[in-house]
Amino acid sequence: MKTASSDGIYDVIIIGGGATGAGTARDCALRGLKVLLIERHDIATGATGRNHGLLHSGARYAVTDTESARECISENMILKKIARHCVERTDGLFLTLPEDDLGYQDKFVQACRASGIEAEILDPEEALRMEPSANPDIIGAVKVPDGSVDPFRLTSANVIDAKLHGAQILVYNEVTDFIFDKDRIVGVKVLDHVTGEKSCRYGDVIVNAAGIWGAGIAEKAGTKINMFPAKGSLLIFGHRVNNVVLNRCRKPANADILVPGDTICVIGTTSDRVPYDQIDDMRVTPEEVDILLSEGQKLAPCLASTRIIRAYAGVRPLVAVDDDPSGRNISRGIVLLDHETRDGIKGFISITGGKLMTYRLMAELATDLVCKKLGVTAKCVTAEVPLPGSKNESPEEISDKLSSVYANPMRASAGRHGDMASSISHGNEYDLSLVCECEDVSLGEVEYALENLDVNNLVDLRRRTRVGMGTCQGELCACRAAGLLANTKKCVADAKADLRRFMNERWKGMYPVSWGETLRENEYTLWVYAGVCGMNGHASSKTEKEAENEI
Amino acid sequence: MKLQEQNISKNNFEQCIKCTVCTVYCPVVPVNPLYPGPKQAGPDGERLRLKKGEFFDEALKYCLNCKRCEVACPSGVKIGDIIQSARLKYSRHSPSLRDTILASTDFVGSAATIAAPIVNAAVAMKPAKAIMDGVLKIDHRRTFPKYSSGTFERWFRKEAAAAQEKFDRHVGYFHGCYVNYNFPDLGKDFVKLMNAVGYGVRLVDKEKCCGVALISNKMTGAALRHARHNVDVIGKTVADAGNPVLLTSSTCTLTIRDEYPHLLGVDNSGIRDNVLLATKFLYTLVDSGKVKLVFRKDFSMKAAYHAPCHMEKLGWGIFSISLMKMIPGLQLEILDSNCCGIAGTYGFKKENYEVSQAIGEPLFRQIGEINPDVVATDCETCKWQIEMSTPYKVMNPVSILASAIDVEATRAANG
Repeated sequence: MKTASSDGIYDVIIIGGGATGAGTARDCALRGLKVLLIERHDIATGATGRNHGLLHSGARYAVTDTESARECISENMILKKIARHCVERTDGLFLTLPEDDLGYQDKFVQACRASGIEAEILDPEEALRMEPSANPDIIGAVKVPDGSVDPFRLTSANVIDAKLHGAQILVYNEVTDFIFDKDRIVGVKVLDHVTGEKSCRYGDVIVNAAGIWGAGIAEKAGTKINMFPAKGSLLIFGHRVNNVVLNRCRKPANADILVPGDTICVIGTTSDRVPYDQIDDMRVTPEEVDILLSEGQKLAPCLASTRIIRAYAGVRPLVAVDDDPSGRNISRGIVLLDHETRDGIKGFISITGGKLMTYRLMAELATDLVCKKLGVTAKCVTAEVPLPGSKNESPEEISDKLSSVYANPMRASAGRHGDMASSISHGNEYDLSLVCECEDVSLGEVEYALENLDVNNLVDLRRRTRVGMGTCQGELCACRAAGLLANTKKCVADAKADLRRFMNERWKGMYPVSWGETLRENEYTLWVYAGVCGMNGHASSKTEKEAENEI
Repeated sequence: MKLQEQNISKNNFEQCIKCTVCTVYCPVVPVNPLYPGPKQAGPDGERLRLKKGEFFDEALKYCLNCKRCEVACPSGVKIGDIIQSARLKYSRHSPSLRDTILASTDFVGSAATIAAPIVNAAVAMKPAKAIMDGVLKIDHRRTFPKYSSGTFERWFRKEAAAAQEKFDRHVGYFHGCYVNYNFPDLGKDFVKLMNAVGYGVRLVDKEKCCGVALISNKMTGAALRHARHNVDVIGKTVADAGNPVLLTSSTCTLTIRDEYPHLLGVDNSGIRDNVLLATKFLYTLVDSGKVKLVFRKDFSMKAAYHAPCHMEKLGWGIFSISLMKMIPGLQLEILDSNCCGIAGTYGFKKENYEVSQAIGEPLFRQIGEINPDVVATDCETCKWQIEMSTPYKVMNPVSILASAIDVEATRAANG
């Protein structure tokens, strides 16, 4: 195994720290390549972290897109093996409501079976026993092997393994330009957003894995990828109302999936084309909230009277099929572009399209192409080798052994970090005291994340640990976490500025659903931070405004 | 936009805005570091338990169910109910022999009253205490409430029942296990007081223990049977000319009014408004001028009033206080709001003894500072705890009123 060198020359430079980029970095590193991954924000900030967190069985695509369905069920079974701590085997139900055509169910079940997806027709009563929150009016139900997946954990585990195999990860670094040698891209110019420094990094192959932002990356390389940003909005409810994924058994439409994920559940999505120049500023509109609520309660009526804690939106990287200048012919599948054969640009490939579910397969395809270009023959092993966190015991096995007092923070840590939780210090009451009370995040876990998981700020910390993801949205935990961050970074001023960014970022997601208890709680948070702590509630600088736009 | 106006959570725990005032008011938190506190055990824990039942924390058994958290909560979250419901739903511990004995107040009581002198002497003896402590894990330092020779019901049937029918107006009486087996005098005082103001007393026909100890010891099946039975028999009394059913125990009152529907899911809507603490009923009568109390000229007493936690939850302490303040010869001091620490059967358990006494310490200290003739309180278990932990005698406000009134003059005034 070669380690990443300090001279800035790599076998492969990957642009984009979403699941695909992180997965590609891992795959390349496992195959012995010298890898650099460059991400302009934090890992999993784009579409990777802004979806349902649904571990598709593929059933959703069975009728309309057999290829995607096959990819999904295959990856579904792989992830259940290699990413046990990121995945929950909840199973899923496809419900037929009185307003839906029950005839679709047969077609659906046949299509599922044709794609290798287990699909079992259940009596409505049986389905309701399996998931009591489901609409009691259902006239049909089909059980499929859906699940839920935590995209932050999944991406982080890929990054951790890539680093373990010598990869170098640069977060908060943006690729500003490419360095050409005639018709070959030989490197990238990089701006470090934290230090403001510029540098050049050289690599034999550059992989564009920047999702929807990949169109802009391609443009910098002098070529064009025809992308159609499609905004999808989702709502997070305050607790789990369902323990089984609920879908509508009909052609995919708005707000027809309800996914239980960790402590919460998510309804989504809407789907609207948005102009490319707006993809960095996604805001959920009142109309979208209305659609999500009114459609969502058809799946689970109790959603109508469940607290909503947050709304968020992501942008799907839909890609027009090449050679179709109209752009009408959109692929929802994986798109791998070799820009040497396509555009005559050597040393540059793009991996895009696809979905979170197929990140590993996308990474495998991209890495295969990288290896081909480099003349490397090593085979992909990511379908078999478990990710860090899923190597030894499962979270359930770890949990079973915990019986002591204060077991809950350890149990919650094991759920989030799998067997890596053994590195978290839980030796004394101090380590076990809670930073985030809603999500049971202990001080030991926060310190572990600050030291080991490339945390630059509180929003990063949230993605690694769920600090601030509970119903209080940072009310009690943010200042505690900021204090710990200040200790680690040895800078109080930065931590205070970061605390303000974090609270504004939380407010952005609460604003579209700000009524009732969510508004009351936010008002109370404002008293605490503005009134007691004397913090100004308004974002002042440009960077703070940018941070506000993150979800 | 209408949808958004209608989206109001029906999940009580979601009304929590994490202000944490409940944890500040919890009497267990400062003395027992093993207890995560009402916010963590209640609304926070509920979210985690809904994620996975394994997040149920057995440390919830340290909750006293005093409901002080609910009194403190500005958001109306029924924190104590959430915690008790979680215990009933998730706890894997089944009640031990000890818990069963402690919780079966009416069964054990009816057996013990038959042989009261022997039982009282036996449980006070060292060998018996050693067995209770070692085998049953009932703390040896705990003094047991004495059993009475003969029950209140027996006395009532023999000595009082016939006379009650001479009155035009009647109230029902749910005496509870304590009055029946341990302290019939309180029941006799109640009858004396009600008779003096012109009301005859009728017992609820075949009442069972309210079940509070069954609930806290997770004997849900028995608790449900008791609750359904009591709602039924109280309903018959209420149906009888719309008479209210009065109680002299704040805990039995809270259990029948609130714990039945909240924890056991037993519908009590038909009787709830007619189940009242005696002092509330009496105060309302006096305040509206419907009855008059005439007090003895020679009555003199210094009392310190302790509002039981469940009385604070009912919000009815003011009625007992206001009635006692009418007594000219009574110098009344109101003790600070504190839990005495016993919480029914909780304090009897060996593992809780230290915590129980530590919780009560501020109360015991203040009583000592005031040095009253008696401590007044509406709860029998508070009485045991205070009498065991201080040298002071404890009286129910009903008994204080009964001893302070001039019975003949009061009768005449209400004639």
